[in-house]
Amino acid sequence: MVMLVVAFVSFSLFNFVGDPINNMVGEETSDEERAEIREILGLNDPVIAQFTRFVINASQGEFGISYQLRRPVSELISERLPATLELVIISALIALVLGTLLGVYTGIKRKGFLSDTILAVSLLGVSLPTFVIGILFIYLFAVILGILPSFGRGEVVDLGFWSTGFLTISGIKAIILPSVTLSLFQMTYIIRLVRAEMMEILQTDYIKFARARGINEKSIHYKHALKNGLIPVITIAGINIGTLIAFSIITETVFQWPGMGFLFIQAVKFVDIPIMSAYLVFIAFVFVMINFIVDILYYFIDPRIRVKTEAVSG
Amino acid sequence: MKIKNLCKLILTLLFVFGFSSAWAANTIKWSMKGDSLTLDPHAQNEGPTTMVSRQIYEALVTRGIDMSIGPQLATDWKATNPTTWVFNLRTDVTFHNGDKMTSEDVVFSLLRAQQPTSDFKEYISTITSVKALDDYSVEIQTRDPNPILLNQLSNIFVMSKKWASENFAVVPQNWDAGQETFSATNAMGTGPFEITLREPNTKTIFKKNKKWWGTVEHNIDEIQLLPIANAATRVAALLSGEIDIVTDAPVQDLDRIASSGAHKVISVEQMRTIFLGMDQAADQLRSGNTGDNPFKKKEVRQAFYQAIDIEAIKEKVMRGLSSPAGIITFPGVTGYTKALDERLPYDVAAAKQLLADAGYPDGFDIELRCPNDRYVNDEAICTAVVGMLGKIGVNVSLNAQTKSKHFKELKDDQGDFYMLGWGVPTLDSHYVFHYLYESGASWNKVNFSDATVDAAIRVMEGEVDLDKRNAAIAEAWKIVRDNIAYLPLHHQVISWASKRTVDVPIRPNNEPLFRFSNKRF
Repeated sequence: MVMLVVAFVSFSLFNFVGDPINNMVGEETSDEERAEIREILGLNDPVIAQFTRFVINASQGEFGISYQLRRPVSELISERLPATLELVIISALIALVLGTLLGVYTGIKRKGFLSDTILAVSLLGVSLPTFVIGILFIYLFAVILGILPSFGRGEVVDLGFWSTGFLTISGIKAIILPSVTLSLFQMTYIIRLVRAEMMEILQTDYIKFARARGINEKSIHYKHALKNGLIPVITIAGINIGTLIAFSIITETVFQWPGMGFLFIQAVKFVDIPIMSAYLVFIAFVFVMINFIVDILYYFIDPRIRVKTEAVSG
Repeated sequence: MKIKNLCKLILTLLFVFGFSSAWAANTIKWSMKGDSLTLDPHAQNEGPTTMVSRQIYEALVTRGIDMSIGPQLATDWKATNPTTWVFNLRTDVTFHNGDKMTSEDVVFSLLRAQQPTSDFKEYISTITSVKALDDYSVEIQTRDPNPILLNQLSNIFVMSKKWASENFAVVPQNWDAGQETFSATNAMGTGPFEITLREPNTKTIFKKNKKWWGTVEHNIDEIQLLPIANAATRVAALLSGEIDIVTDAPVQDLDRIASSGAHKVISVEQMRTIFLGMDQAADQLRSGNTGDNPFKKKEVRQAFYQAIDIEAIKEKVMRGLSSPAGIITFPGVTGYTKALDERLPYDVAAAKQLLADAGYPDGFDIELRCPNDRYVNDEAICTAVVGMLGKIGVNVSLNAQTKSKHFKELKDDQGDFYMLGWGVPTLDSHYVFHYLYESGASWNKVNFSDATVDAAIRVMEGEVDLDKRNAAIAEAWKIVRDNIAYLPLHHQVISWASKRTVDVPIRPNNEPLFRFSNKRF
């Protein structure tokens, strides 16, 4: 249902964003030829017909041929997917791991120089726009220090259906700046969320009793407190992965990262409707899947949900 | 033992890193905003696309660094009668795969460029037949005597007939949504470089063609084209040393780049003029408030012209990098003269008076349409124009949008007052008149129409007597200039930024010729 609505919105919006024909032909193409091309591409058919054609094709993974690049869209997307996914996975990992650790630290040590610094810097991470952060990083690490590349993915290794940048030194160097840039705003949310959770949980009775029992602090912090505080974090993290894929458009453009976000921006510039529609549908699909997975994860993490379900069924 | 391991480690590192740099080929890393759209040499008549094709494909004749026409695949030619030309070809040319080039390939390529799906067919629409006289000579017939045939042929690339037939690329890339041609992602030309890797929008690698027929005047083994869309990143990559040359350095960063000891900036007037169009035929302005069309009166058009302070635009908006213009074409085009390029003086008082004389003492409203991602600082120029016209009482609302929408709406006759830029690949005035001044021409959205000019255009097309032709061109320019059909702004200036150790001669058509480039260590 969600998918159909998104498909319809993405499809109909794109009939009003400019003329793809103008970008495909040179200045000298006559008006008759432009009309002919319109006819061949089916742009003159009624909207319903175009949309139905689109939906039928899309459900079979067939999104047509890109107007600008003149290659099948499904091929373009599968080529670019590994780049975006690698970037998003690393960013998500950095945000989650670093965010959680720092969140726990600032939750435990509520006042203190390091704590305050971490919180202040994280605030910067969420207030500065991604492209500003990206360009600042490029300037610092590529131009001034010259230790990391300013653009591109480095050398990638082709593993059949996946191309990875993890197996080469240049690939690893290339993913550092973009993934850190992309992870910053999410990291801030996680730090603050975990911190709030930790502060709240550390006040609860069962923590007090655990301390009374003599369990060591480290175990209390991580095994008892953190685990219980993870639920909201997982929710946010789940939704944020979807946002990461969306924000990757900006990061990919700044770093010339050959992923799907970059493909999408080029498509918008050239009014490449097949790519734009396919991308929107794909993103909607990703969001739907992530929410689904998050719901399932709840079941496993929160014993209360499990108990409730068993009580209901039992 | 520890020391032994340390030694092994150091040796390994030296081995790995040493090898990677010491014996590296002389590579030039080239970047620009966009990428070539296709490797098919006849499919897309577009800037970056031709820039790439120019390194790997060649034509019968070509323009040198100084833009003059000279032989390339043809050695000499003559017109045996006004509508027939015979070209003699080089006998020592081979394609990148080793096949010899013969007249068959030339005939095939010219005919291919005339196919319905070719974007170059308008260039050579006057050619009626091409045939091989023997293995190394070709006869071309034109419908009428064509004085600019050579100019046109310089942009028609020769590809291998055998290779095209074997790879189903006999027809230029087709619109039909079923096919993606081999020629879009692969190339088979005769040029000084050949493409060994092609990843659109990421990386294209050109390797030196060791079998090239010409005299090698460069010292490059490899070119890597690495497009970077984001302007700031592109400049950063240049400054950090990851890129050797950027052929579209953003104007606002030129000072920064020039101040770097390791880099340099070179500029040249580009073969492109930017101007504003004023619809003089509509009965009523689409965006006006006077109920009529002020642009019908020449005084109004002149008032607008004299209200523009082009020096201010040059200094503040273009950072000094533009060349104020008096006509809408540039030096180097047949028919251009310095006298024609003299602007009317900037005079706000005179402009106000002209408006009052025309019956609009309080000015009027109008919309100005501009692209925001096509020409250098296009939107900024238009914003400046809005302010300047405000001084004479004209209230301009600016509509700046992406080029795909701007040009579409212009072609749909939606512009009262708009910005346009025009380059002239044939370096001949006919190209300008045929598209911008001829009655009903496809880009003549000011709707200018004059029978004398139309007649002159016909003379430009068919007259081989140079004196008569030049007279017709001069007469046409005089008429359109007096009419103030368009409001000329400036000739664009392009700047290339590169490392100091890299020398690539800059050319007014913004096309680098890497076969003349040099990289020192």
